[in-house]
Amino acid sequence: MAMLSFERKYRVRGGTLVGGDLFDFWVGPFYVGFFGVTAIFFALLGSLLIFYDISQGNETNVFAFSVNPPSIKYGLGLAPLDEGGTWQLVTMCAVGAFSSWALREVEICRKLGIGWHVPVAYSFALLAYVSLVVIRPLLLGAWGHGFPYGIMSHLDWVSNVGYQFLHFHYNPAHMLAVTFFFTTTMFLGLHAGVILGAVNPGKDEVVKYGEHENAYFRDYICYSVGPYGIHRLGLFFALNAGFWSAVCIIISGPFWDRGWPYFFDFFLKTPAAIGNVAY
Amino acid sequence: MGSYSSIYNRIQVRGPFDPGVPMKPGSDERIQSKAFSYWLGKIGDPQLGPLYLGWSGAASLAFGFIAIEIIGLNMWASVDWDPYAFVRNIAFLSLDPPPAKYGLNPLVPLGDGGWWILAGFFLTTSILLWWVRSYTRARALGMGTHTSWAFASAIFLYLSLGLFRPILMGSWSEAVPFGIITHLNWTASVSVLYGNWYYNPFHMLSIVFLYGSTMLFAMHGATILAVSRFGGEREAEEIVDRGTAAERGALFWRWTMGFNATFESIHRWAWWFAVLTTFTGAIGVLLTGTVVDNWYLWGVKHGIAPSYPSVYPSFPIPDEATRSVMQ
Repeated sequence: MAMLSFERKYRVRGGTLVGGDLFDFWVGPFYVGFFGVTAIFFALLGSLLIFYDISQGNETNVFAFSVNPPSIKYGLGLAPLDEGGTWQLVTMCAVGAFSSWALREVEICRKLGIGWHVPVAYSFALLAYVSLVVIRPLLLGAWGHGFPYGIMSHLDWVSNVGYQFLHFHYNPAHMLAVTFFFTTTMFLGLHAGVILGAVNPGKDEVVKYGEHENAYFRDYICYSVGPYGIHRLGLFFALNAGFWSAVCIIISGPFWDRGWPYFFDFFLKTPAAIGNVAY
Repeated sequence: MGSYSSIYNRIQVRGPFDPGVPMKPGSDERIQSKAFSYWLGKIGDPQLGPLYLGWSGAASLAFGFIAIEIIGLNMWASVDWDPYAFVRNIAFLSLDPPPAKYGLNPLVPLGDGGWWILAGFFLTTSILLWWVRSYTRARALGMGTHTSWAFASAIFLYLSLGLFRPILMGSWSEAVPFGIITHLNWTASVSVLYGNWYYNPFHMLSIVFLYGSTMLFAMHGATILAVSRFGGEREAEEIVDRGTAAERGALFWRWTMGFNATFESIHRWAWWFAVLTTFTGAIGVLLTGTVVDNWYLWGVKHGIAPSYPSVYPSFPIPDEATRSVMQ
């Protein structure tokens, strides 16, 4: 059995949201539950639809495989399978699978008696995905505004949509999202570094604990946010990265349809800006 | 144990000021500036300070101050010393590197990029001294220097952008300007000039690690907060003597995705993801313009990008145009 040495005493019944004891079991290391069944259903169906869609084309290069959304002429209606209908079904399966995964995490949290922080955090990533393929296409009036499912094609989509707005770095929500991504990564490096440094102190040194972690950051930057605070800060910054990513793409098109550099025109028309700097 | 708060601390523990653990011989005294902040205590530890300064910290702050003065005064001069215009236009002001005609000449007139070279020198020295400080403070406390090596990876990216790549390209003008909007313009321009960085495989890797780092911190931060009711935030203690917090954290991920890290190994995953973000980014920077001129055409050549059909008639290029490039 794929069980850790201490695992058996944690494998108890209960904590399910739906289905009572019916799906309350494990397969190998995986917990199943009602939402495990729905997750595997949507994930399998979605994957098979992706393979089906690719098999209908003549492409043999894995980088060029792509399941494309329908033409915008279909608006918010259903498209024929070979003209983007498969993309619509894959998207439904993806949202179903991701939602099932989040709810399955809730069941596992309840079973282990721990907080729901992970499923809450995961729902931010889910929100970012839904923003791209559901919310923004709905606001723009066509499923064709979703992004294609392919290795290079999704990069091309990001590049093309970015340049439709001339210079996406001027999008204020994009600025915030990028700042949160970079800062989260910096915090992660600092946190991981100090924990590894405390428990791997080198030859002839004893292992260090919280007092030394605090002392290191106070000596180094005058403040230690503490062992609880750093996880709260890291989670907060990571979730903001996802949240502002969702905002920055939802506002692009539905709420701002010119180049993003023009967004700052109001600022350049203020009295101080006029006549002082040549642009 | 009774209190459990996710967003902010409802109860602030305000013990006596912690003066810090003893340091090894060879260190100066800590500056025991005692302060508590109610608002810092809302999210983390309310204690501010003490601070260790030392020679590397003092020198780093001095060099950093000079760099920021050079940048700020140049920006202020660019609006004819109008303080109001300086504040209102701060996002658009810039201190640019020397133009291409100077190549790598270090003796550039101050007003034509010389100040940029000086600011870069002072800022780089300041950052390297801050690195020294990150190393010596860890050793003085008898800790490993993992934080310093993670910082070194970020410094490698900074130096690749501002020093190594300009040297490889033979011109300071390739470097990044000091300015809020202008460094964004530089970033967009360098991507387009070299055939779209989305096709740069090291840019792809860097983004994977950047997003991966953010995902890992969301997973890790959320896990620790979720098991904090069992004391899970005391990570070093749980690493050497596993308790129920570590067991529940591990089982959550094992049951969710069939695999789990340990309280120590999650920090190794995290350290590598953070370090590789800037390291792979730096490789992508160093290859651009030196080894690869056009990342899109590179992608076409290696079969990851489609080649667009040639829709334009072949365009006669005058000999003089190509001759000047070849020289």
